[in-house]
Amino acid sequence: MFKKILIANRGEIAVRVIRACRELGITSVAVYSDVDRASLHVRKADEAYPIGPAAAAESYLNFEKILGAAKRSGADAIHPGYGFLSENAKFAQACTDAGLKFIGPTAAAMEMMGSKTRARRNMEKAGLPFVPGTSRGLDSPEQAEQAAAKIGYPIMLKAAAGGGGKGMRLVNGPQELKSALESAKSEAQRAFGDAEVYLEKAIVNPRHIEMQVLADEHGQTVYLGERECSIQRRHQKVLEESPSPVVAPEMRRRMGEAAVGVARAAGYTNAGTVEFLVDSDKNFYFLEMNTRLQVEHPVTELITGLDLVHLQIHIAAGEKLPFTQDDIRLRGHAMECRIYAEDPDNNYFPSPGKITLLLNPSGPGIRMDSGVYESWTVPIDYDPLLAKLIGYGADRAQSISRLIRAMNEYFVGGIKTNISLFRRILRDAEFQAGRVDTGYLDRLLESSPPAAKREDADVAAIAAGVFAILDPQGTTNGTGNALPASGWKRAARVEGLGS
Amino acid sequence: MVYDVTIDGKNYRLELERVDTGWECRLDGRAIPMDAVLARRDVLSVLIEGKAYEIKRERTATDLHLWVGGARYAAELRDPRSLRGRKGGSWEEAGPRKLVAPMPGKVVRVLLGENAAVEAGQGILVVEAMKMQNEIKSPKKGIVQKIVAGEGATVNAGDVLAIVE
Repeated sequence: MFKKILIANRGEIAVRVIRACRELGITSVAVYSDVDRASLHVRKADEAYPIGPAAAAESYLNFEKILGAAKRSGADAIHPGYGFLSENAKFAQACTDAGLKFIGPTAAAMEMMGSKTRARRNMEKAGLPFVPGTSRGLDSPEQAEQAAAKIGYPIMLKAAAGGGGKGMRLVNGPQELKSALESAKSEAQRAFGDAEVYLEKAIVNPRHIEMQVLADEHGQTVYLGERECSIQRRHQKVLEESPSPVVAPEMRRRMGEAAVGVARAAGYTNAGTVEFLVDSDKNFYFLEMNTRLQVEHPVTELITGLDLVHLQIHIAAGEKLPFTQDDIRLRGHAMECRIYAEDPDNNYFPSPGKITLLLNPSGPGIRMDSGVYESWTVPIDYDPLLAKLIGYGADRAQSISRLIRAMNEYFVGGIKTNISLFRRILRDAEFQAGRVDTGYLDRLLESSPPAAKREDADVAAIAAGVFAILDPQGTTNGTGNALPASGWKRAARVEGLGS
Repeated sequence: MVYDVTIDGKNYRLELERVDTGWECRLDGRAIPMDAVLARRDVLSVLIEGKAYEIKRERTATDLHLWVGGARYAAELRDPRSLRGRKGGSWEEAGPRKLVAPMPGKVVRVLLGENAAVEAGQGILVVEAMKMQNEIKSPKKGIVQKIVAGEGATVNAGDVLAIVE
């Protein structure tokens, strides 16, 4: 077993892996950019090393700096988390060359699956069902126009190296294609350092269901059930659950076996996820394989009772999986809400800033994987994911009711978050009935929200006065850098609320 | 103390005193039996006629909001004695409209040049923040009078990016 693991990441996932290291008696090493010195993962790790400026290309994406920190600390393995270098085959190879174990698949398997275009070619050979499209990157707008015309609009542009909705565009007709291609390429270049973009026929409003697989280095590959990830905004997952409301045991077995087939075809080891699009007739199509731990792995952990990060580390250390497919039992229902720093009243734009007040939920069936703390300033430089709130229950209804209850306990002040969005989704009749697809959230947001109960204005009025008396210091205006307050409001705050 | 309180645009006159037995509270002249405890900074526990409320205070640079349950109320509070003679400022603007950055970030593309005709809702610039590119759209039909933040400019929330006339 490893003695010391460097976590080449930040935020909640770095904290998640640090916790696993501590549980396994392994020393954890954090790395941090200049703006992350005060971040939670640095506080929780056993050791921490600076790796340079805020820009990811100069820190979290920089091989030399990360390998340098690994050498300096004497780490014997690197856990990449998700995002950043987690799906970078060259980095996995560089780790191996430096005598470090990369906790994930081999560079060869990543190369096969990591590029979505190459994965499509290989899966075509393996006879898996997949969505019609190009299996190579698009070189010119003309080539894209031809391919799109052949497949038929609407089409989806996707970054070959991509994930998380970056470098992805829905194109409804030829007039939109050129500008969409340019912006997808430029976003892909920025996010992944690779501008390759391909296109696929857009299956309108499919479900997005993925299968977790786990493979040891001794030839055993298992699947751990699906995750329903259809609730998305801008192709970014917002809420995931397991099991999916539409997957029956027979369909789960077929999808699971297809996913294991994909992993075997790639010589895949460690944790991975095979994504499928599912149409309204429950036909499933291979979409891509994510060669890393997923953001939403906790829902699988809750319904299987397994710790995926522990298992990743054991597998990377050369151990055999301690169970077979027949031993895996799914129990109960789990659901994850991704809490983002974004403003629901301003088209969900990122909303970085200082967290002035943080009240975390707890209690039965509630798991919180967070990368933030009160009084910490969320930097503008990275992904706006703050935390994941996961609800577990004996069945779907109980996991929903627990999350609704937890969302009422949860409060993040000072920055905007999407907590109100979850209150709305969790209470929505369509969602509660399990009738979701990838168009669900856009439809929900287009409909007018149910009239909020606003009967407590009197209580708020009284509370405003009580605060002014009991906590007058807290009413002064402390944060800088924001929209100018009107002179009237500013005067009100200084003179009316000040001591 | 006497306060003029505005909640979501509605004005209240609040009279509030701490007394030996707790609080004396009158809202618009109506006596309300209540008790309040500051649980921690920015969090109150308020009891009004047996009903319990947890109230959170949220302050940003510009605004004060109070959360009662899942509802967020815009709050303003004044001591009427100290504000005599002040006039309210107005931020409504006729004519040219400013496009301001909704969050800190970087201008990665300028889609329209100065003097270009623009439709309401048409993108003028693209601002990248937290790895997401966001199009900043024109609030009205008109002419791009000025691009204030060019490609590559780093902007803070509230900075003017462009002006549409």
